[in-house]
Amino acid sequence: MSIWTTFHKWGSPRWFYQFSGRLLPYLAGLSLLLLIGGAVWGLALVPADYKQGNSFRIIYIHVPASAVAMGAYMTMAIAGAIHLIWRMKLAAMVMKAIAPIGASLTFLALLTGAVWGKPTWGTWWVWDARITSVLILFFLYLGVMALHQAFDNRDAAAKACAVLVIVGAVNIPIIYWSVEWWYSLHQPASIRFIGESTIHPSMLRPLMATLSGMYLFFAWAMLLFTRAEILDRERNTRWVQDLVCGVQEQGVK
Amino acid sequence: MASAGVSSLVVAVLRRDLSAAARRGSEWSNPLVFFIMVCALFPLGIGPQPERLAELAPGILWVVALLASLLASDSVFRGDYDDATLEQMLLSHQPLYPQVIAKTIAHWLLSGLPLSLLSPLLGVLLHLPMAGMGALMASLALGSAVLSFIGAIGAALTVGLRKGGLLLSLIILPLYIPVLIFGSSAVKAAVEAGPYLPQLAMLGVFFLLALALAPLAICGALRISVDQ
Repeated sequence: MSIWTTFHKWGSPRWFYQFSGRLLPYLAGLSLLLLIGGAVWGLALVPADYKQGNSFRIIYIHVPASAVAMGAYMTMAIAGAIHLIWRMKLAAMVMKAIAPIGASLTFLALLTGAVWGKPTWGTWWVWDARITSVLILFFLYLGVMALHQAFDNRDAAAKACAVLVIVGAVNIPIIYWSVEWWYSLHQPASIRFIGESTIHPSMLRPLMATLSGMYLFFAWAMLLFTRAEILDRERNTRWVQDLVCGVQEQGVK
Repeated sequence: MASAGVSSLVVAVLRRDLSAAARRGSEWSNPLVFFIMVCALFPLGIGPQPERLAELAPGILWVVALLASLLASDSVFRGDYDDATLEQMLLSHQPLYPQVIAKTIAHWLLSGLPLSLLSPLLGVLLHLPMAGMGALMASLALGSAVLSFIGAIGAALTVGLRKGGLLLSLIILPLYIPVLIFGSSAVKAAVEAGPYLPQLAMLGVFFLLALALAPLAICGALRISVDQ
């Protein structure tokens, strides 16, 4: 199969709907297994931190949420670029699907960070470089969602959002680096999450489990949101009507 | 196209935009009035103590100038969109990229540059030490040019929408943050008699990046807005 055939196939919402349908149970099972297993492992079995006591355990949610929130933006930017360059409609649907998921994960990262900050630093919020960057990432997600909602025309909304997402992706390194610079100028970097690379392997393993679980969860949620968007957009086509009316599906090619 | 063609195109667009604005004064005067009014609100909200105002002045002046530039950027393409000049720009045989640069520079001449020229007056009102005035004007002049380019991206994306204003600020404000950081820190450094050229140099870097890259996004966004 040539690369163009593959590309063409991926551009077909119907094919993607059927293909992703087969992936869903695996993604769901594996991500729930890793997230729940990693959480139980991290919350109950790992020894408490000698300094932070039990409060450090929120790391098993906080770090995966932050990491995936950032990865999600880059995924969204790539989808936006694919949509603009090759006019692939599916990429636009993926892009639209990611925005609310990414915003929720960023919010979760900020929330768990605040909850973790209270016992560790004695305050809910610190204008730390990393926290500030995540807050700005949250604003970027909200901007994309607001722009998408403002358009009546779906194709124009997708293209405009793709431009905005790419502009944001170009800006993210600049923003991150400026905030880092601003922070080091304003206050001494006295607060550290954890000493550099001093996390004990027994604490790291469950973190790896929840981290990969969160990535799989993101993929799962992204597929679900994209599938909903496909059904909504293609609701006038025959195959969606057959699907909804319960006509037996033919074998998937 | 020959370079002479492009430069005469830039000059023509600049001249057109500037003379249109000269006939309708509100376009360039409103952001200035906004700048003065909001700066006057701060002493009323914070208290009139000179030391406290002096300490906050670099941040206040920069944030308010940024908001004034944001409000002004909604109008970069609005008038041209409404009377279909924008459509003609896209349809014409002339390249869009230099026209967009000319329009953005015209917008900066009408909003950012006056803000920067007026800023020492507001610096005096807010008790900003004299040592900071030069850095304030220079950082505002350079920084507002970057703000104009970023704002033009947002304006181009939202020009086809009926309610652009608030949406524009939502999508553009996060992108303004690096400019704010370096601009206000240049003024602070100058007040503390420290070196402020590095910050100005960074603003210069942002300006060159914006000058080269932002018009690409603006052209793309204008095509989307006009097509829909």
